[in-house]
Amino acid sequence: MGMTMTQKILAAHAGLDKVADGQLIAAKLDIVLGNDITTPVAVNEFKKAGFDKVFDQDRVAIVLDHFVPNKDIKAAEQSKICREFAGSHCISHFYDVGKMGIEHVLLPEQGIVTAGDCIIGADSHTCTYGALGAFSTGVGSTDMAAGMATGKAWFKVPSAIKFNLTGKLPPNCSGKDVILTIIGSIGVDGALYKSMEFTGDGVHGLSMDDRLCICNMAIEAGAKNGIFPVDDVTMGYLNGRSERTPVVFEADTDAEYERIIDIDLAIIVPTVACPHLPENTCPASELHDIEIDQVVIGSCTNGRIEDMEAAYNILRGKEVAAGIRCIIIPGTMQILRECVERGWYTAFIDAGAVVSTPTCGPCLGGYMGILAAGERCLATTNRNFVGRMGHVASEVYLASPHTAAASALAGYITEYKGV
Amino acid sequence: MNTRGKVFKYPDNVDTDVIIPARFLNTPDAKELALHCMEDIDPEFVKKVQTGDVIVGGWNFGCGSSREHAPLVIKTCGIGCVIAKSFARIFYRNSINIGFPILECAEAAEEIDADDEVEVNFNTGVITNLTTGKTYKAQPFPPFIQNIIKSGGLLKSLRESENNG
Repeated sequence: MGMTMTQKILAAHAGLDKVADGQLIAAKLDIVLGNDITTPVAVNEFKKAGFDKVFDQDRVAIVLDHFVPNKDIKAAEQSKICREFAGSHCISHFYDVGKMGIEHVLLPEQGIVTAGDCIIGADSHTCTYGALGAFSTGVGSTDMAAGMATGKAWFKVPSAIKFNLTGKLPPNCSGKDVILTIIGSIGVDGALYKSMEFTGDGVHGLSMDDRLCICNMAIEAGAKNGIFPVDDVTMGYLNGRSERTPVVFEADTDAEYERIIDIDLAIIVPTVACPHLPENTCPASELHDIEIDQVVIGSCTNGRIEDMEAAYNILRGKEVAAGIRCIIIPGTMQILRECVERGWYTAFIDAGAVVSTPTCGPCLGGYMGILAAGERCLATTNRNFVGRMGHVASEVYLASPHTAAASALAGYITEYKGV
Repeated sequence: MNTRGKVFKYPDNVDTDVIIPARFLNTPDAKELALHCMEDIDPEFVKKVQTGDVIVGGWNFGCGSSREHAPLVIKTCGIGCVIAKSFARIFYRNSINIGFPILECAEAAEEIDADDEVEVNFNTGVITNLTTGKTYKAQPFPPFIQNIIKSGGLLKSLRESENNG
């Protein structure tokens, strides 16, 4: 019996010819990642255990993105712990204000992660990099500390669900609608402990930004990782960007999957996840008269250039509905710069939106768009749990940038029908 | 290793945002964070919890964010063990890594009620509901994971194996 793509990457990093579902392994890590929330806890554990150096200063990435520019004194103290640790250990991939971006938008953009990698990150959305053909998964701070110290992590080899994608997405849909549709169908624990392996002819029509968005929300189905095969789109993205040589792994033709799910991309529709779970999905067209107070376009799920472009194409020359606070958050400084250079920044302001420095801010109820009791937000973020964006009596609906921008203009949740 | 105490019972899909809301995550201090444990799902929790008490959850307990602060605040509050039908994988991993015992047992999680008195033996995986007299057997951890928990967490176990090696 053959191995899945994930199993092959894990076997290679464990120095084994073969691994099987359920096997416990120690795997070598290519990148260990942390942010300003999880790194301070990891630094504390690292020091407490008596470690004094990281396994490789070039293989640790620390990105300050949740509460920077620091929102308050305590957040500043946390960032200071990260800054001092990064400085004293000469961490080459340390990103602070001015250079930082939302970690899962930044690391692929900067070529820090690449195909064939085995990556852990103390952030649940680390599963994003599976889009590049890497094994990448979210862990906690202790795993980060152990990973920084030893360059290794323990894993239980996962089984997999295969998603066989066919067809081509309609123009008003994107990767977000695909992953919301999948989560709506299998549930928030539908892929618990498993890999979600995306494959099929439909893959080639998905842009890298679509794939990153799809893998980003694999965790919202409980998955250990999401992963795409490496094709021309991947290599086109990695060439000239990746700081290490990509390594291509392919699933064996006789790999065993727990389940195979066929998805026809052509029949995907603009999809919204209603409060308070990402699995509570329905077509945007079926939601009537749901008025909103705020729209957020950004996050590690949808803060990429194509997301900004979708927002621009819908908002340009128009005006956000009265009473709607429309917050646009480009994911990195490079994306922010492109928004400026292409004139999109001005178009957003002219439409009555506000553009923020890159930050996770409102997605997790940190700052930069917190909701009061009874308020409702349509966001391109990834979670709509109780209290996620503010007051426990506020509500978050999740959707694509197309749906979010169209809804910002309408003042209520609506699908984008095109021009 | 045992724990004995009263049960706090919660539904399916308890996420880490309600276990410890992100608005409090501007400090890594576990004692300060523990003051807000379960605040968005059960504001009474921190007032009532006593050392040795047990949380019983449904499916997918601890889903969402990777914040290790979640099992850490539950442990810091004095909770001796979480029993659930299933755990989200990062919460599961984080609990093991910080040496905090959790048990998967669907039958126990279904039948045990709030405020029941339970006793849990981590070595055997036996859960006894002292209120009803019924016992349950949870799946024991594989030896590799038992060793991490016995050592008091991943880093301590790494240190031990370094010293032994």
